[in-house]
Amino acid sequence: MLRSVFNRLIGMAIVMAIVVTVVFIIVRITPGDPAAVMLGPEATAADIAALRDRLGLDDPLPVQFGAYVLDLLRGDLGTSIFLNIPVTEALAQRAEPTFFLTLFSLLIATVIALPVGVLSAYWRGSIFDQMATTLAMFAASVPSFWLGLLLIQFFAVRLGWFDTSGYGGPGAGFFERMHHLVLPAVALGVVSSALITRFTRASMLDVLGDDYVRTARSKGMGEARVVIKHAFKNALIPVLTVIGLTAALLVSGAIVTETVFGLPGVGSLIVSAVLRRDYPVIQGALLVVAGLYVLINFVIDMLYLAVDPRVRF
Amino acid sequence: MSAISSSAAGSGERGLVRRLFSRPTSAAGLAVLAIILIAAVLAPWITPYAPGKLSIAHRLQAPGIAHLFGTDDFGRDVLSRMIFAGRLSLTVGFSVVVLSSLIGVLLGLLAGYFRKLDRPLSRLIDAMMAFPDILLAIALVAALGASAANVVIALGIVYAPRLARVVRASTLVIRELPYVEAAKALGVPTPVILVRHVLRNVASPLLVQGTFIFANAILAEAGLSFLGVGVSPDVPTWGTMISLGRQYLDQAPWIMFFPGGAIVLTVLSLQLVGDGMRDLLDPRLAKDI
Repeated sequence: MLRSVFNRLIGMAIVMAIVVTVVFIIVRITPGDPAAVMLGPEATAADIAALRDRLGLDDPLPVQFGAYVLDLLRGDLGTSIFLNIPVTEALAQRAEPTFFLTLFSLLIATVIALPVGVLSAYWRGSIFDQMATTLAMFAASVPSFWLGLLLIQFFAVRLGWFDTSGYGGPGAGFFERMHHLVLPAVALGVVSSALITRFTRASMLDVLGDDYVRTARSKGMGEARVVIKHAFKNALIPVLTVIGLTAALLVSGAIVTETVFGLPGVGSLIVSAVLRRDYPVIQGALLVVAGLYVLINFVIDMLYLAVDPRVRF
Repeated sequence: MSAISSSAAGSGERGLVRRLFSRPTSAAGLAVLAIILIAAVLAPWITPYAPGKLSIAHRLQAPGIAHLFGTDDFGRDVLSRMIFAGRLSLTVGFSVVVLSSLIGVLLGLLAGYFRKLDRPLSRLIDAMMAFPDILLAIALVAALGASAANVVIALGIVYAPRLARVVRASTLVIRELPYVEAAKALGVPTPVILVRHVLRNVASPLLVQGTFIFANAILAEAGLSFLGVGVSPDVPTWGTMISLGRQYLDQAPWIMFFPGGAIVLTVLSLQLVGDGMRDLLDPRLAKDI
């Protein structure tokens, strides 16, 4: 058991090292001088030289990489060129809307997907199953930003139930801020529910054919108890994996959705950083999101290890 | 021998299309895809107006007889632009499949066939898959510069690890099969074994995964163009059209509605075909998901 945890930790460290290297390389593949690109066409040669010096771009690549890794180990993701504040601070300032958007979307996706997936598997081949499978595929085909625009058009423009964009301004209370997250969370949640529904259905189908489910039925146990207590409980492990990974993927979906709804979150920070060529922010955001993904994967593997003694890494 | 196997492969492909048509859902997907593809190819001859034809007098007109899908803020015909936009969206999607297949197949074959390379390459594949697709694509396009070609390169790099994983898994199995052992014993050079025996047998999972990547690439390209970090806003793609329509959401929702519908139809059809192929080519993989 301890050996498995250790192996997995080593694996995670190697993957993170590669992630850091990839993030470092991405900025260096910019054609031309990254400092000149960041500052735009009106920058003077002195400005460009100053930025090159600040970012250490004149040092040899291995030295730059060493300095970058050392900074990371100290928790320093660099300083935003445009905002002139540390990237960690910029990310922290924008974390709230993204965190709650991800949380609500995941909640909506799970609340839709779990019952639909379970019932779909239980009534396999029925009209309900066919409709649910088709709808899940349809939801997976809808761009979340387009669904967001449709929701704005209907619920904000036509019915006036919500604001078309924003997060309620600086003085807005908690509930007002959350009110602004309803439409974006629905847009993102509905689209994400597709994957979880399909996995729940598949996982339930696997389990419903197992011997212990047949035994439970032959003992005369009620159907609801068989499905919920025996089958669903065991089908839940792979489903939890998908829910965990969906959480990490939702951050990606949040980038586009936040832009549609004008939410001041990490997603819109990344988009504005790309438009302004603020590379330290792009690098920092990439690292944090990829790091979260690797960490969630690790936690899921550890959960597997805890619940299933046969699992080894 | 090779003539026999190639003719067998040919009839297999024809058989696959026939069998796909025998399933109602895949048949519907194939039919819709065929219509979209034909419309994109024949765009200059079938569109009612030139896609860039300005007509300020007819700006923001609702869908009607003269303009079936209405007009945009410059009075351009939304239907005509949408059909032309399909050309670029489909071309970008298909190019991403080709590029990610080239990289993915190479990585997957090397990792699956050569034991020494498996561990480092698998770690690289794992690390690349830790980046959410849109986020990595945005970062790559930001570094390379916004253009259709760079969007293809960025998305090709983003999706290559997914294909590499599929190819590696199949290669690991095929490597141990008796006929590969026999070829090795007969002294057949490794590149020949890889192409003739291994690659041919990973073609099925590759085809299925490629279809899903096609669908994902269309969604991702639209997302990037919508954000303004993909193709130039002046070039009509489904994503740029939605981005433009967003500004007229309250006056002219049709500008963004129809291109979005085109994305949904295309992606849904690709998924239906991909699902059908997966069920037909590898029933063990089907698992009803």
